Amino acid sequence: MKGARLLDPLAGLGASTLGLLAAIGRVAFYLASTLSHVLRPPFYPREFLAQLMVIGYFSLPVVGLTALFTGGALALQIYVGGARFNAESVVPQIVAIGMVRELGPVLTGLMVAGRVASSIAAEIGTMKVTEQIDALVTLSTNPMKYLTVPRVLAATIALPVLAAVGDAIGIFGGYLVGITRLDLNAATYLKNTADFLETADVISGLVKAAVFGFIVALMGCYHGMNSGRGAQGVGRATTNAVVSSSVLIMGANYLLTQLFFAT
Amino acid sequence: MIELIDVHKSFGKKHVLKGVNLRVEKGESMVIIGGSGTGKSVLLKCILGLVRPEKGRILLDGQDAIRPSDRDAFLARFGMLFQGGALFDSLPVWQNVAFRLLRGALKRPREEARRIAIDKLARVGLGADTADLYPAELSGGMQKRVGLARAIAAEPEIIFFDEPTTGLDPILAGVINRLIRGIVEEMGATAVTITHDMTSVRAIADRVAMLHDGVIQWVGPVSQLDNSGNPYVDQFVHGREEGPIEALR
Repeated sequence: MKGARLLDPLAGLGASTLGLLAAIGRVAFYLASTLSHVLRPPFYPREFLAQLMVIGYFSLPVVGLTALFTGGALALQIYVGGARFNAESVVPQIVAIGMVRELGPVLTGLMVAGRVASSIAAEIGTMKVTEQIDALVTLSTNPMKYLTVPRVLAATIALPVLAAVGDAIGIFGGYLVGITRLDLNAATYLKNTADFLETADVISGLVKAAVFGFIVALMGCYHGMNSGRGAQGVGRATTNAVVSSSVLIMGANYLLTQLFFAT
Repeated sequence: MIELIDVHKSFGKKHVLKGVNLRVEKGESMVIIGGSGTGKSVLLKCILGLVRPEKGRILLDGQDAIRPSDRDAFLARFGMLFQGGALFDSLPVWQNVAFRLLRGALKRPREEARRIAIDKLARVGLGADTADLYPAELSGGMQKRVGLARAIAAEPEIIFFDEPTTGLDPILAGVINRLIRGIVEEMGATAVTITHDMTSVRAIADRVAMLHDGVIQWVGPVSQLDNSGNPYVDQFVHGREEGPIEALR
């Protein structure tokens, strides 16, 4: 069977195309089901708050550190690049706009994809493998409402907050490097940043972050719920959750940037 | 009364249930025996709606169980002990036991739910000190007991036990068997147990059904188990290699 497939590239191509389309269809159904359950009771506020803690609060250190180093590196790069056409003074402005519009939300999304999508997929996958999902159903509790909705809502709300914190820390990182290593004036640095940034820059970044949060939790839950049997199945679900949410974040980032381009 | 009429279920090319017919009377303890992988668990999951059969009818007191009009009310009549316990490891023991009492239609105040949980834990032989532990801190036998306490917490009319003694030593298995029998009699509940542990069958069953090759091969009272005259049951009960059931599966 395998040999035949190798010899017949067209069949292989067809099979993988059909597989991809089927996967897109399944994710679309899962998405529609999630959205329909968000609005209908019963609601589980206790689960939601617990997830807000796990996804939001506990991601602060990793998001903060990533943003700090990225802001610093960005300041150095822009200084070096800007020096080639005597534009060293644009460091504060470019760091601010780069962090707020692009790097803040994207890096937050990717770090949370690594930290949260994996843990959601592993947790729900293990629950599936050990029949805990079946047990939920027999206890008259809908797993979509009890597991998926709280996680998706919590991530969609937590990510913009995380991204905002990341933005601020990233700009601070750029500022630190700017005044200590590049001899930029501290007051001028802050004034340039504040004068240059517009509300639309910040809002567009936060909207992106919300979308990324939604993607991360949705992919974690989807792959967990569809996990295969045994440790290998859970492992694969975890990998798929991280990879698919990272790729979708990058794709969505381009589309959203295009959408916000004029503003 | 639970009634299964010509129930079929396949997974891919594998035809697991090939027309199961079975009647479980109200208040009786039915034990379904059969080799590993013969679809015993699938059968229970079909009744609960966790798995949807392709063909056939399942009736609960004459009402359609495959598409019940009120699924929550339907499920509230059941309790189930899962094979591995299936305890929620993010919740402490008492919240596992009182899960149904903490949310949904049967919701009670937290203190009352906790008190009921501790009562049920006592019924299965666990002290109040286990209430605040997490499932991962319990031994296999204790997890089974907690699972049992959760299955009976909301006083269901019908209780399913999926391989209740698998993985337990013979002494502990005996304890669990006696607990199940005692609880079922005390509550007047209808019980359906899946097992391939013959000691368990003799301790729990009023009637026994043998599932093999996707159909019920034999149903009869537990007293006739040893002289059923059915070659499948004979081979299974005596654990013989020769007979109609292929030993190599």
